[in-house]
Amino acid sequence: MKFGVVVFPGTWSDRDCGWVVDQVVGAQLQYLWHRDADLKGCDCVILPGGFAYGDYLRTGAIARFAPVMEKIGEFADRGGLVWGICNGFQVLCEAGLLPGALIRNASLEFRCEWTHLVVERSDLAYTSQCKEREVIRVPISHGEGNYFADPATLSRLEQNGQVVFRYCDADGRVIPGANPNGSLHNIAGIINKRGNVLGMMPHPERCAEADLGGSDGLKLFRSVAEGAIKVLVS
Amino acid sequence: MKTTARVIVTPKPVVNDPQGVTVKQGLASLGFREVDEVRVGKYIEVTLDAADERDARQRVEEMCDRLLANHVIEDFRFELQTEERIRR
Repeated sequence: MKFGVVVFPGTWSDRDCGWVVDQVVGAQLQYLWHRDADLKGCDCVILPGGFAYGDYLRTGAIARFAPVMEKIGEFADRGGLVWGICNGFQVLCEAGLLPGALIRNASLEFRCEWTHLVVERSDLAYTSQCKEREVIRVPISHGEGNYFADPATLSRLEQNGQVVFRYCDADGRVIPGANPNGSLHNIAGIINKRGNVLGMMPHPERCAEADLGGSDGLKLFRSVAEGAIKVLVS
Repeated sequence: MKTTARVIVTPKPVVNDPQGVTVKQGLASLGFREVDEVRVGKYIEVTLDAADERDARQRVEEMCDRLLANHVIEDFRFELQTEERIRR
């Protein structure tokens, strides 16, 4: 199992993702530079957090034109696993690989705190190690994580079960008070219809070891790593 | 023909604009209580070479569609100023 971690100028969570892949999960790691026009045989490509190209104009707006993004688009079209975290989610929306957009937090504040997420889909390559409707604790760190989509898109997402994570309280109740940024329907993460492109604002790579205050994020990395092993074996 | 496009990008009416709401509150606290609504957008100036005004309009429209505005959350409009008019 080989994970690719994309590095744009301004990406900051690449080493954190790389650490989890390499040191915690023990999978193969390949950093992919934004100018690379080759995914180097990666089975899952992570677009990590940060401020790609300074987030100039809009978050993710310039990053989507990087040479590596063209290859990622083709890879996604073939069913490859593409996982956008925080800024990576914003890039995937700008690139049209996921619907909707991420706008300024309703509070106008940069929010850096722990959140609870209810896992609405545990049948995906990313969440197979989670129980159904499990509540996991994952930190957020963003100023523009307020998920928006027009009403038609939003109802399509809900009908297709494309909402993967929703902000909730510690008991799993999806309530306005648990919503840190104003996202519609408390959305923290969505998947494309095919089930291979995931975007999420919270940072699972920052909670993959108990020393960091929580290890729920590791479940997602393990789901991908071990799911791929199962595929290879079967 | 040297042309300057003045592009204005605004959040769509259906998109919440917390910046606008906050600016409105600021204006109210300064005594501007007549303010109904504030929307905060972006102003972008693009200078380009174009064959004529129609060509410039078409190119700038495409720039807005493909990069300058995100059609999910933003609307755009622009006006063009050609060099001849600038000289006048």
